[in-house]
Amino acid sequence: MKDSRLFKRFIIGGVLGWMTLFGAIPTFLLVGVSFLSRHPDNLVEPTFSLTSYMRLLEPELGAMVLHSLFLAATATLLCLLIGYPFAYISARAIKRYSRLMLLLVMIPFWTNSLIRTYAMVAVLKADGILSKTLLFLGIIDAPLKIMYTQTAIFIGLIYTLLPFMILPLYAAIEKIDGKLVEASRDLGASKWTTFRKITIPLSMPGIVSGCMLVFLPALGMFYIPDILGGARTMLLGNYIRDQFLATRDLPMGAAASIAMTLIMGCMLVLYYRSVRRSGRRARL
Amino acid sequence: MKLLKSAYVGLVYLFLYLPLVVMAVYSFNASKYSLSWKGFTLKWYGKLLSNTTLLDAAVRSMTIAVVSATVACLIGTLGAFMLHQYRFKGRRAVFGGVFVMMMSPDIVIAISLLVLFLGAGFTLGFWTLLMGHVTLCVPFVIATVYSRFRGFDRSVVEAARDLGASEYQVFRKVVIPMAMPGLMAGWLLSFTLSLDDVIISFFTTGPTYEVLPLRIYSMVRLGIKPDVNALSVVMIGITVVAVILSRRLLKEKR
Repeated sequence: MKDSRLFKRFIIGGVLGWMTLFGAIPTFLLVGVSFLSRHPDNLVEPTFSLTSYMRLLEPELGAMVLHSLFLAATATLLCLLIGYPFAYISARAIKRYSRLMLLLVMIPFWTNSLIRTYAMVAVLKADGILSKTLLFLGIIDAPLKIMYTQTAIFIGLIYTLLPFMILPLYAAIEKIDGKLVEASRDLGASKWTTFRKITIPLSMPGIVSGCMLVFLPALGMFYIPDILGGARTMLLGNYIRDQFLATRDLPMGAAASIAMTLIMGCMLVLYYRSVRRSGRRARL
Repeated sequence: MKLLKSAYVGLVYLFLYLPLVVMAVYSFNASKYSLSWKGFTLKWYGKLLSNTTLLDAAVRSMTIAVVSATVACLIGTLGAFMLHQYRFKGRRAVFGGVFVMMMSPDIVIAISLLVLFLGAGFTLGFWTLLMGHVTLCVPFVIATVYSRFRGFDRSVVEAARDLGASEYQVFRKVVIPMAMPGLMAGWLLSFTLSLDDVIISFFTTGPTYEVLPLRIYSMVRLGIKPDVNALSVVMIGITVVAVILSRRLLKEKR
């Protein structure tokens, strides 16, 4: 019995210790650093300052933050629009096909995302396969100029993050009780009404978690805008990286990441609410 | 309608696979710069074999993925066991913490760890990279194994306890075997997360331990290298084979 208590203490202590050391402490340190000021040699100076946060609100940086939010939100919306029908079709397919369809979505995802981003370059280049095919088909008459534009960033983000949208959507749609859909149809609702009033609300947790899984990484994936967007587009992720590795302004980089964490916090609250709401609805 | 559906599904797959196919084709193309086909060649694969920095980086990536997946599985399984079996103060807070760590953007995890490592005066390299990847993976392992535990019959654990098994014996002889499929899934997930990661590696490793994505990142900046294509094709091949094998193994177990 004594041994058991020791084992229990060991496990709880170990896991909690681990979480504190690599979860809580780094977060507190980051918050701490964001309130310090920059020192040219030692990276940070132990004097309290709000400069970094004030700078985040300046028009230039503020515009950058808003632009990143806009880009990530648009990419998320596009992923949802592309991913939902796909998740719906695969969740409603015969079991065997449905598994296979998902597996086929997962396979590219097992290759390093940087390698895949780099593979995208070969497709989007002016003399790349897309441009050549469209030229050949006569759809366009000049080589495409997608590379190093915002469109390329969108394509790259969607390409990398689409599976993160499809998987939770699939899980949510698959769970929906078919009887509810039947009942709605029996009661005279059209296909579209059934979809709007039954399927969409019941898959809400999937929609919200898919959107989170796309939106949050989209904000931080600095290498996609770097490779596909060229150096001109500065986004939150690129900005944070540069503050840490190039400019060496740690407090500024920390403040920008705290801003990103706050965005995540808001989304978690949203998620929690949507899960609770749909849980209540399911009980009704 | 059915045609429309198939066309749409086909388009999505085309979008997902086209870049990979194009890269594979490039890796066999004699021409270095353009897409135009200049004949079949294996010279890029030959060049890859002599590119030791690239191969070393690939081996390092694999090493770190195996080690961090194993360590993350160990910690994650203990964590899931703790959350499932024990009632203690702050249990809900731990749940919340795991969820927040899972959802945190990689870049935030990466730089907060960087701040920790800088503050503690660590030299960036293998160990810091390992800690970074384990931190990334543990919450996912906890979630995977915990959901497996939830499907358990609690009474089996209680029976073992009643029959006089110590807590460690319960864990070793009952819990681990029952959780095995979840554990393996967690290991595979961690392995892929670690291999796929660019952002955390970018911040938590130093020049002494350069992993594949970072090597490729610096190479790609200097222009497209056909041997990178060749290596990517090899890596895709290895992952696909590994995944198919593991699925087979898991199926037979069930």
